[in-house]
Amino acid sequence: MAEEEVKLFGTWGSPFSRRIEVALKLKGVQYEYIEEDLTNKSPALLNYNPVNKQIPVLVHNGKPVAESFVIMEYIDETWKHNPILPADPYERAMARFWAKYIDEKFWPAAKKTVVAKGEEQKGAIDEIQQQMKNLEGELKEKKFFGGESLGFLDIAANIIIWLVVAQEALGMDQILNEEKLPVLHGWLHRLLDDAVFKECVPPKERHLDFFKVKFGSSIASK
Amino acid sequence: MAEEVKLFGKWVSPFCRRIEVALKLKGVEYEYIEEDMLNKSPALLNYNPVHEKIPVLVHNGKPIAESPVIMEYIDETWKHNPILPVDPFEKAMARFWAKFIDDKFWALWPGVKKAMKSGGEKEREEGIEEAQLHLNALETQLKEKKFFGGERLGFVEISASLLIWIVVSQEVMGVEILTRDKFPALHKLTQKFVDDDVFKQCVPPWEPLVAYFNAELGALAASKMKNWL
Repeated sequence: MAEEEVKLFGTWGSPFSRRIEVALKLKGVQYEYIEEDLTNKSPALLNYNPVNKQIPVLVHNGKPVAESFVIMEYIDETWKHNPILPADPYERAMARFWAKYIDEKFWPAAKKTVVAKGEEQKGAIDEIQQQMKNLEGELKEKKFFGGESLGFLDIAANIIIWLVVAQEALGMDQILNEEKLPVLHGWLHRLLDDAVFKECVPPKERHLDFFKVKFGSSIASK
Repeated sequence: MAEEVKLFGKWVSPFCRRIEVALKLKGVEYEYIEEDMLNKSPALLNYNPVHEKIPVLVHNGKPIAESPVIMEYIDETWKHNPILPVDPFEKAMARFWAKFIDDKFWALWPGVKKAMKSGGEKEREEGIEEAQLHLNALETQLKEKKFFGGERLGFVEISASLLIWIVVSQEVMGVEILTRDKFPALHKLTQKFVDDDVFKQCVPPWEPLVAYFNAELGALAASKMKNWL
């Protein structure tokens, strides 16, 4: 078979491109990683994703795929070993439903908890706590959302780590604490312990600094 | 094996109608339950506690929400007459464009509403411009790519059927947003839906739709109602 050429355009701090790294590593796919400067996008990126001009973009044997969930499904269908999505259609639907929930509901709410102030911030915190309770309902007693090993939804939920790090950087109380969210709290620690996953999070110190610089001035006065 | 398939929907919602298209394309028998969104049924709240929205598909007692998730489920459960392509790359393209359509539609719909509502000329113009900006994004992509999998109407086309709502509402309101001159490719696509045997069963009936738009969008009555079908 002809050699595979796999490239991933991403940024070190993006949860969306980090998702793709997890998926590729879980499948043992060799790839070339290209770090993009989003203030100065490369001609290659603009060529491969002219519609949204965003990362991540996966390029497989010259063919580009964009949008993190679309890429993850493509990876799962192309390299069929170590499946990321379950085999059962209903379980697949649940994984997709909650992944969509994370990007469409959780992500905007998470950003709000960090930038909003006063009552608005409090509201965002309550909202996100409820969202995480909903996720706990999906996780139940499982080790990971994917069961014994990481799956689609575990990878999609990587964004939770971004919230945790941001809160730490800004000296905020952790919303995801053991008392309020014991199930998800346990999951998070297992996730961060996972051999593959832990290679695919931004380096802690650099990530903390990033949030301090970006949001430091918007810490709500207590 | 006896299948029990229920669809909770609202007659006027393009997202519910797309599920009906998918089920009909597969020849799946289903029970349709019309929801009153101002008075949601306990069943709906039970089946979709997270969002409390339609559409919800319930298959043998198991509920699924979110229209693209439902469509993929339908395609994977009833495997004949596939909606998505088989090839992973083409599948990825279909998913990408379906998402693009949904994202752009939600971005343009506020402009459409603004244009429809009775109010100042300036506000109407702004609404039209806003909507057309996003329609232009769709038009450009449709012209450049053959993203409509050949002759057959599939995942992307089913998603794009929501454009009919703009066509119909603008006919009712006498506002011109999605015009044949400005958007020839999109216009041609909406015609495809009107002509297709399955699609045309899944658009709302004319008279009630007129009444709905008049009430909901509160616009002035159109001076001329054109026959759309």
